Amino acid sequence: MGSTSARTDEGLEHEGHGSEGLGRRDLIRRSAAIGLITVPTMGFLSSCATGGGGGNAKETKAPGGPKSEKNPLGVAKGAPLEAFIFKGGLGDQYAKDAEADYRSTYGADVKHTGTQQVGPKLTPRFAGGNPPDVIDNSGADHLDMNKLSTQGQLQDLAALLDAPSMDDPAKKVRDTIHPSTIEKGTHGDTFDVLYYAFTIYGTWYSQKLLADKGWTYPKTLSEMVTLCGEIKKAGIAPWTYAGKFPYYVHFNLFAQIAKIGGMEKWIAIDNLEPGAWTSNDAVKEVVEHYEELAAKKYFLEGSQGLTHIQSQTAWNKGKAVFIPNGSWVENEAAPTTPADFGMAVGALFDGTGDKMPHGTLRAEPSEPYLVAAKGRNPAGGMELLRIMLSKKHAQNFATKVKSLTCVMNATEGMTLSPGLASASKVFKEAGDNLISLQLQEWYPALTDEKIGGLTGQLLAGELKAADWIRKTQAECDKVAKDDAVTKFERTA
Amino acid sequence: MQHGKYRFIVGFLALPLIVYGVFVISPFVQAFQISMTDWSGLVGTAEFVGLDNFAKLWESDDFWNALRHNVYMLALVPVVTLALGLFFAFMLNVGGRRRKNEVVTGVAGSKLYKFVFFFPQVISITIIAVIWFNIYNPDPDDGMLNSFLGAVGLDGLQNSWLGEKSLALWCISAVMVWGHVGFFVVLFSAAMASIPRDIYEAALLDGASRFHTFFRITLPLLWDTVQTGWVYMGIIALDAFALVQIMSVNMGGPDGATDVMPLRLYLTAFRDSQFGYAAAMGVAMLIVTMTFAVLTMRFARRERIEY
Repeated sequence: MGSTSARTDEGLEHEGHGSEGLGRRDLIRRSAAIGLITVPTMGFLSSCATGGGGGNAKETKAPGGPKSEKNPLGVAKGAPLEAFIFKGGLGDQYAKDAEADYRSTYGADVKHTGTQQVGPKLTPRFAGGNPPDVIDNSGADHLDMNKLSTQGQLQDLAALLDAPSMDDPAKKVRDTIHPSTIEKGTHGDTFDVLYYAFTIYGTWYSQKLLADKGWTYPKTLSEMVTLCGEIKKAGIAPWTYAGKFPYYVHFNLFAQIAKIGGMEKWIAIDNLEPGAWTSNDAVKEVVEHYEELAAKKYFLEGSQGLTHIQSQTAWNKGKAVFIPNGSWVENEAAPTTPADFGMAVGALFDGTGDKMPHGTLRAEPSEPYLVAAKGRNPAGGMELLRIMLSKKHAQNFATKVKSLTCVMNATEGMTLSPGLASASKVFKEAGDNLISLQLQEWYPALTDEKIGGLTGQLLAGELKAADWIRKTQAECDKVAKDDAVTKFERTA
Repeated sequence: MQHGKYRFIVGFLALPLIVYGVFVISPFVQAFQISMTDWSGLVGTAEFVGLDNFAKLWESDDFWNALRHNVYMLALVPVVTLALGLFFAFMLNVGGRRRKNEVVTGVAGSKLYKFVFFFPQVISITIIAVIWFNIYNPDPDDGMLNSFLGAVGLDGLQNSWLGEKSLALWCISAVMVWGHVGFFVVLFSAAMASIPRDIYEAALLDGASRFHTFFRITLPLLWDTVQTGWVYMGIIALDAFALVQIMSVNMGGPDGATDVMPLRLYLTAFRDSQFGYAAAMGVAMLIVTMTFAVLTMRFARRERIEY
């Protein structure tokens, strides 16, 4: 296929590849769908599977147009842009709004696709060498970012970081966003993923329900268990969770382990070190806590079969008090949330001998935005991100989808919705005590399917804590040994 | 006019054969080739790794687990579906009471039943999966099955269905049966219509019961159709992808209890970006499916009854 060599000449070569890729794409999709075999066409075989092109990994495309103060990335006027946006809990209207600004500034066509199936739709396009320019790679079916990054498919976004921000030309984009965004989006030495949103994870509840019943949000794990007893006596289920996607529980479970055991020991887990789970006492304490909740039947009956939407609806109806979730829940659950619900989120609980103080929070950049290095208009892709990183669009995001962005202090002075206000409050209180986990980002098959399956059984009361730990360790060891999985390491 | 006969035939067959070769045969061949590479699916290059993927597959507990579930379904779903299909078709066409002027009739209202049975066949499998997912919703108020059980006083039978490890696979299999019975009712009805009425007349004159009529006349005369249905249902049971992907908790869960081969293939290819390994799974599935079809055809062969 030789897509890299073709890229020395821009326009025409790409046209050819586009049409060739189309047939291939449909074939792959169709054959995978009927569950037989994944298949590219004949021409592909002779040149791709056996050929030697595409070795030049980190090549960066020269931007298309002249640079200027207003156009620091050198976007070619009128050059079309294609955006592929994950349309999940946050919808895709916020991206369309930014695209509208791009369209009017550069007089260019923007093709927008909102989808929940980023991976299946884009895999063949990457293989065919004609990926869209901007991708919001989120959701259950997202593309493997590690593979894309190591195989040179992602645009180095350093130029974006060093470009002046939309609001204040004296400030670089780099200085307007939360530092953890850069840390999280860096693979090796290259910053190639922009996590646009900023998600506050934690235990979500209705402030009104707690106030009505005279309950207070517990500080420690044991206070939580005691409160659960009272809640159950009142005829309400203390907890519910999305059993169809058990990794939702990990938002709290993993973070709780990191808080009690300390980040150092969690990093050992992220790095798949041998014995990282079994040697960590915090793992035992936290997993046993969940075992106790399950044994005392503190989970809403049938939770193990609910989708995230169904569990959130049950929670909105007051059938359960607490739910592990992320700050996108306010927007996602909006259709079923009563007006006076008073959505709120609490920080992680204290255990015994915690390494991190009370108020510690899992708060992380989320919604990964990619610019395809081999797209037609990488400069335009970065420019769209620069537009989205302006105060105007960060505030638009906060208003439209009730979530924070990685743009620092963008929402100051705004009137926030209850859930977002609560999230901002705990975020401020946490200060620097923020937890950021990589395991799920790096090894989704491991966390979502394998450990998720174990967690589902743990919460259904069918697996003991000790077995959960032993089996989780075994699954991690298996991944550590598997050459087919790209490994990553973090130090801080 | 014999002259040019072959040229004529070749002229007509060439194009379809080429199309078939390019779009059906060549993908199969290429799957074998891809299965011997470590292709990620994301870039245009891959390395040849020989039979490594197959060795890995042989040692993969996950794949054996998925294959086992497919085999469970293969043993159960076709039997139940075809048995129900035959039973319903018989009742709709032959099983009715004797009426004036007609020797062989279906039960009262059989036209309506035919429509009702066929209905699932018209809706897409995706919609069927979504409907049944909601029927199985474990919430005792929102879930149709559980609220029904509650309403008739069978609270003890309420369950979390798809969230229950021991039940989930059977819940999904039941939907598969539900979705396909109608097709076989119609297929078998058509086949029964071609059985000469006088055979039934003679049997009735001899005082044969409905039970005997079915086992001595209908089933033997329908054998070819049943055999075709068997292969067809078997291939569906070896797939089950859409239902499992949409309905099962945690994609093939709980804890792998509903995993099937095509889902494994899909996840390996599109989630894990290991297209080479996934192609090896595809090849393995091809072998399993072909073996099934060949064995069925071989052992279900019977003497054809002429009438």
